[in-house]
Amino acid sequence: MSEHPQTSPNSPVHDDGATRRNVLKGIGATLGIAAYAKALAPLTELTQETSMDEFLQKHYREMSKEEIATVIERLEAETKEKYGADVTISDPEPLDGVKFGYALNLSICNGCRKCAEACHLENNHDRPSHQSYIRVFEMSKGSMDFEKGNAHYDHPVPHPDKYYMPVQCQQCEHPPCVDVCPVEATWKEKDGIVVVDYNWCIGCRYCEAACPYHARRFNWQKPEIAAEEINPDQSYLSNRIRPQGVMEKCTFCLHRTRKGRLPACLEACPTGARVFGDLNDPNSEIRWVLENKRVFVLKEELGLKPQFFYFFDE
Amino acid sequence: MSNPDTPIASASESSPKPLPEWRQYVRFVGSAISQSIEGGWKFYVWMTLLTAIFLVGANAWAVQERDGMAVTAMSDHVSWGLYIANFTFIVGLAAGGVMMVIPAYLYHDKDMHDIVIIGELLAIAAIIMSIMFVVCDLGRPDRFWHMLPGLGKFNFPVSMLTWDVIVLNGYLLINLHICGYLLYKRFRGHAPRAKMYVPFVFLSIVWAISIHTVTAFLYCGLGGRPFWNTALLAPRFLASAFVSGPAFLIVAIQIIRNQTGRMFGEGAIVTLVSIIRITILISLLMVASEVFVEFYTGGSHTGAARYLYFGLDGHNELVPWIWSSVVATILAGILFLVKDVNRYPWVLNTACLLAFAGLWIEKGMGMIIPAFIPSTLHEIVEYRPSLTEWKVTAGIWALGFMIYTLLIKITVNVYSSKQRNSKGQRTIASTDALAMAEES
Repeated sequence: MSEHPQTSPNSPVHDDGATRRNVLKGIGATLGIAAYAKALAPLTELTQETSMDEFLQKHYREMSKEEIATVIERLEAETKEKYGADVTISDPEPLDGVKFGYALNLSICNGCRKCAEACHLENNHDRPSHQSYIRVFEMSKGSMDFEKGNAHYDHPVPHPDKYYMPVQCQQCEHPPCVDVCPVEATWKEKDGIVVVDYNWCIGCRYCEAACPYHARRFNWQKPEIAAEEINPDQSYLSNRIRPQGVMEKCTFCLHRTRKGRLPACLEACPTGARVFGDLNDPNSEIRWVLENKRVFVLKEELGLKPQFFYFFDE
Repeated sequence: MSNPDTPIASASESSPKPLPEWRQYVRFVGSAISQSIEGGWKFYVWMTLLTAIFLVGANAWAVQERDGMAVTAMSDHVSWGLYIANFTFIVGLAAGGVMMVIPAYLYHDKDMHDIVIIGELLAIAAIIMSIMFVVCDLGRPDRFWHMLPGLGKFNFPVSMLTWDVIVLNGYLLINLHICGYLLYKRFRGHAPRAKMYVPFVFLSIVWAISIHTVTAFLYCGLGGRPFWNTALLAPRFLASAFVSGPAFLIVAIQIIRNQTGRMFGEGAIVTLVSIIRITILISLLMVASEVFVEFYTGGSHTGAARYLYFGLDGHNELVPWIWSSVVATILAGILFLVKDVNRYPWVLNTACLLAFAGLWIEKGMGMIIPAFIPSTLHEIVEYRPSLTEWKVTAGIWALGFMIYTLLIKITVNVYSSKQRNSKGQRTIASTDALAMAEES
């Protein structure tokens, strides 16, 4: 674009022009760099949050037992530092030959939302948003359509004209959330539980778009939770406090269920509507329900084969 | 002020001992950089303005990274928003550039051939923008390396997002190669060798179709989102891309003409107009077809369409948007049909602007947001982009315009400066047309 005629390098006119121009450019460049630095300054506060060890951490399934132990040690220390709580993070493996399933009796669920509350406390959810992996819908009798359901009911329960349908992760046999993840940060474990490596997830939220059951949650900011409210019994793949910017989901409380205990939502249920157990054990209560009740799954037509079943008593 | 002709002039006047290839290339890059920071006052004002907007966006993004994506208006119900909406539209813009390449190389349209690089450069700028929109949508961009094959874990071929990473980056590389090769050869005053770039041009035609098809597959493969789960999505994406891309290029060609003071590309504009005349009608037909299926069928699966066009249970955030888009696109469709519309710049440019804006809404917010409203469990949580999202979006658009401006500027300079031809004689590039393409 230069239209300047070629001038002799010795020409004083040329020199002056060039000098003034260079000075202006220098000022421009300096101001520009300063503006860039100022604009991006908030990032410097962020790098203090993320350690180099965390940045370089390998995928959960690529780490040896020792490496996982080191990571867990670091995570425990970070929880102490950031949240002021002493916690124990375990890493229980899937039990051999066990496949977990869940069933829910819609005839007796009374919509009290004790399960959602228990989930909130057990899984160290963000307190201000009152996050939970369970949403309870108040449904109109005579309809299975969620369009006529309401998750925001606020009156004494049970309402005589309604029934209640709690929804959480259905632990699909063919989970679309796992298929769509670009970095394999989420997968299905041997015992049927779909888990997330919170330290590998890049936070693209494709899984959240893919899930037909609204089972996934994103950490829109760093979870807030008071030290005395933190559940110290944690595991790497389930209820440890999640980092900002990653996905999370129901894990059937694997830190409990893999150690022979029941999920927190089940223990909290006052009606006995929830049945949890090993689908491979012919003598389990869940097998009895599947064999003796008329069970159904949500959105069966999608072909995802949920491992979460609903049934009516009568 | 450095004169871009100087190095070539001195090289031809001094001894004929040629510089090694890598040094020639360094000179080429150096010249490109010096072109990027030299210009008239209009150039400085334009670039300073864009830089300022970009910095506002960069700052908003930095705050978003620090404080979390809670500063956006997205939620667990509407988990994708303005960023992914823009991403989707801009992938179309990148693919739309191919509507110059096809006439130029498949139909040997001479006028188009001369300036086809304007479309190829658009692809470069648009792909960079679309990648930035995805990065700004990530909760943890610091973990981008988890996606790199070899280093991280790349869920290929199951995840459509990995396909998108491949096709978008591939398209970027193909176009960088084509443009970079032609410019370098031109800079050296050599004739480009067909086998070095023509195969890539043909590859880029197929590849352009693929980027928008794969981007549609990201959405239409999800069984849990009925609004997206339609086989018409990829064809719809392509039809609209072949409107928005040419519409942008028609305006771009005129601006470049004004700035360089050279008359060129009238034939190319006529061709682009005839393309849009058809593609905009196909695009509208496909929308009408979808709308018919949604509303005639009815049922709860069509809640998203009802929400988009008429509002649902008193929630109607998107209704004004989509009707603006419908009106703008139909109006543009009519204006493009005006006989010899290219002779009436006002009509032509209004039509281009209306088409571009209409499709930005329709293939952006109108395509992404309704899939989340109502949610998969039929809850209605609305979404209106936050100021942060608007700032980041404006910033990325500003950066895109900066990149495109610089690419065009460098190209115009390379193609219009005095050249040495392959025999070492100094020649002047043809000035009747911009003659940006290789001599065929």
